[in-house]
Amino acid sequence: MYKNLKWKLLAIVVVTLLAVWSFTPPSTKIRLGLDLRGGVHFVLAVQTDDALRLETETASEQLRAGLKDKGITVTTTPALTEFTVTGVSSPDDQQFRALADTLVSTAYNRDANGSGTYVFSMKPNVIVQTRADAVTQAVQTIERRVNELGVSEPIVAPYGSAGDQIIVQLPGTRDVARAKQIISNTALLELKIVEAGPSPDEASLLQSHNGQVPPDMEVVQGMVSSKDPSKAYYLVRKVAAVTGRDLRNARPTVDEYNAPAVSFTLNSDGAVKFGRVTRENINRQLAIILDNQVQSAPRIDSEINAEGRISGTFTQQEVQDLSLVLRSGALPAKLNYLEQREVGPTLGADSIRAGITASLIGLAAVTLFMLLYYRLAGINAFVSIALNLVILLGFMSYLGAVMTLPGIAGFVLTIGMGVDSNVLIFERIREELAAKKSARQAIAASFDRVFITIVDTHVSSIIAAAFLFQFGTGPIRGFATTLFFGLLSNVFTSVFVSRTLFEFILSRRPAGATQLSV
Amino acid sequence: MQIFHNANYNFIKWRWHALIVSLVVIWAGVATVFLRGGLPLGIDFTGGTVVMVEFSKPVGEDAVRNALGPIGSEAVVQRLVSSDATKTDIMIRLPLTKNQQTTLDEDAARIEQAIRSANIGEFIPLGKDLVGPTVGADLQRKGIWATLASLGGILLYVAFRFRLTFAIGAIVATFHDILITLVFLTWFHYDLSLNVIAAILTIAGYSVNDTIVVFDRVRENQKAARREPLDSIVNRSVNQTLGRTIITSGTTFLAVFALYLFGGEVLRGFAFTMIVGIITGTYSTVFIAAAIAIILSRRTPPTQVGVKAAEARRRRA
Repeated sequence: MYKNLKWKLLAIVVVTLLAVWSFTPPSTKIRLGLDLRGGVHFVLAVQTDDALRLETETASEQLRAGLKDKGITVTTTPALTEFTVTGVSSPDDQQFRALADTLVSTAYNRDANGSGTYVFSMKPNVIVQTRADAVTQAVQTIERRVNELGVSEPIVAPYGSAGDQIIVQLPGTRDVARAKQIISNTALLELKIVEAGPSPDEASLLQSHNGQVPPDMEVVQGMVSSKDPSKAYYLVRKVAAVTGRDLRNARPTVDEYNAPAVSFTLNSDGAVKFGRVTRENINRQLAIILDNQVQSAPRIDSEINAEGRISGTFTQQEVQDLSLVLRSGALPAKLNYLEQREVGPTLGADSIRAGITASLIGLAAVTLFMLLYYRLAGINAFVSIALNLVILLGFMSYLGAVMTLPGIAGFVLTIGMGVDSNVLIFERIREELAAKKSARQAIAASFDRVFITIVDTHVSSIIAAAFLFQFGTGPIRGFATTLFFGLLSNVFTSVFVSRTLFEFILSRRPAGATQLSV
Repeated sequence: MQIFHNANYNFIKWRWHALIVSLVVIWAGVATVFLRGGLPLGIDFTGGTVVMVEFSKPVGEDAVRNALGPIGSEAVVQRLVSSDATKTDIMIRLPLTKNQQTTLDEDAARIEQAIRSANIGEFIPLGKDLVGPTVGADLQRKGIWATLASLGGILLYVAFRFRLTFAIGAIVATFHDILITLVFLTWFHYDLSLNVIAAILTIAGYSVNDTIVVFDRVRENQKAARREPLDSIVNRSVNQTLGRTIITSGTTFLAVFALYLFGGEVLRGFAFTMIVGIITGTYSTVFIAAAIAIILSRRTPPTQVGVKAAEARRRRA
């Protein structure tokens, strides 16, 4: 009667072996979440407005400089996504339009407001793209920095539906303050020629310029020098001679006073630019500006090509971290910390122990009850539930899913679902046996009928788990993943495995047997 | 061994009583929530700071509260149950206030500083959670959406597999369970955290699961006895599945109770939610879901579509 029995048993053994193989050895195959292994978790928001503002400033400056080359002087006022150009005289209008078209028309729409005033507004698709690029670039930069920090298995990924958030998980990290500093340091390095300064206040700085900041210059704050950290103002050229993008490498060193400093090497493009600027500006000062703060402004003694040094009032640690962030490149925008969760290693270890203890005790209590209540069929239930957990572990390891605390709760719930299916079946078998059916008929009828119920209950729970995964965050997702695969494997173990076990027992007994230990 | 032998209780007779009892509990809960000025939202939803520390000797909650000084009045100080009796684990929670002047980082530092300077015992930091206001609002929105969407999905599935009145009965029973669970969480001073939301959503799935088993039996019995009135069929089905309902709930209860006792502090809120949910889920399966389905079916005569669809499927199988 049960002619496929051998194949069914073989299938069960193969599935079990596959599952066990997939999580062996458990110490490397089962990935633990931060809540179990300790570490820190951040959610950051990228201030994508910064990227838009920079884009607009660059475009307006480019246009102004281009017009100046042609002898047309205009004033530009950049805002977030638009800039206004005023002072275009009517004879220059033709030339202005032509140049604007070639320089900024790909990204900006032009509107004439009359009397030589034009408003350039960024195209909507360019806004979206710029924001997205800023987030992508931030993710890449943070990844490089985190990798240099030497954290094992870090996670850096875009996060949430708003599109501007990044999740960063650093397992095992203890020095959270330093990690935060390194991740969110914008590290925007600019080397600019000093036109005036240092001066103790803005008024004296601008004396030689009639109190006005010339259009191609800007005022930057900073220190007088690395030896004199009192506040000073510098008037510098807007266009940077070299920026962090031109760097090839940066590493810790010491300056002439034996204080910690960062030395950098430029790439070939950067070296050419830097060589030209330094040659043309010998005996003038060069401001080394980091995140809009002048660190120092050494005098250019001779042409410099590929090498440079940043001095300031740095500690040894700061110098190391600064080299690291300079190597990994600047962030395109500022980052805000939205969420920070630290789990100490003791708490993580306690949680694992507690979670596993609870699961085992739960399993033991359930098994004991099933054995008492359903006698030998209780063994059947135990096998199918234990196998369910094994397959679930296999699934999780195979998919590289992370085991979290709510995930362990999902395991406990999977035990509950497994028991439910078994109880449904056993109760039905009892009913069928009470209706004077033979054991074989009772088994067949019960499994056929209960299969429909199990499909209905499981599909509705899987729907719930899928929505949990779709809309949920962090811990809810971990729970949903476990529940989802627990439900899938439960259909297999409680229906296929349990039935095969029953059939295996019955195959060794006469076909008309009416007794069954259930 | 068998708990119920040929159970034959008249559950349907008690449906109005049951509905009234549930409504009273829910209203009492709503009143409590109202008096306390809202649901006890954890920092996952309000935003704020949680600092967990472990003292190397027994330290009272009050000592920590006093040590916090001015922060102590806003903060919630809670002793966590630890496996090691010689140590004390303390959780300090500081919700985000409306006119927050300090950053969350500063809050956390202030808390640690205050305990350190009060000199009440050596401690190590166990963990720290800082949740900004936008994240809290975002999580709140997502939590609500996840619940509604999964309930909607289940409603559609049950309506498709059975009939609409059954689906409504299942969903009302599920809402009932979620509300009762929230009421008990409020009464027992548990905060709504992400883990608790996960537990509530599990309750939703569990409750529907339980209800479907009964409906499934109703569907089966309906085909065998066409002439029998619906309430009698439903009552018989509830009785026939009673053994399974009680045993499943009992065993799941065992598993979750183990989680509550041994699962550690972080899972305690989750386990408590599950315990309440399992009890109310079992109750609602027996008394609420079928009652609602019957009450609704009386008003709207069955369209037979669901039954016919089920039959057609059966014939194909």
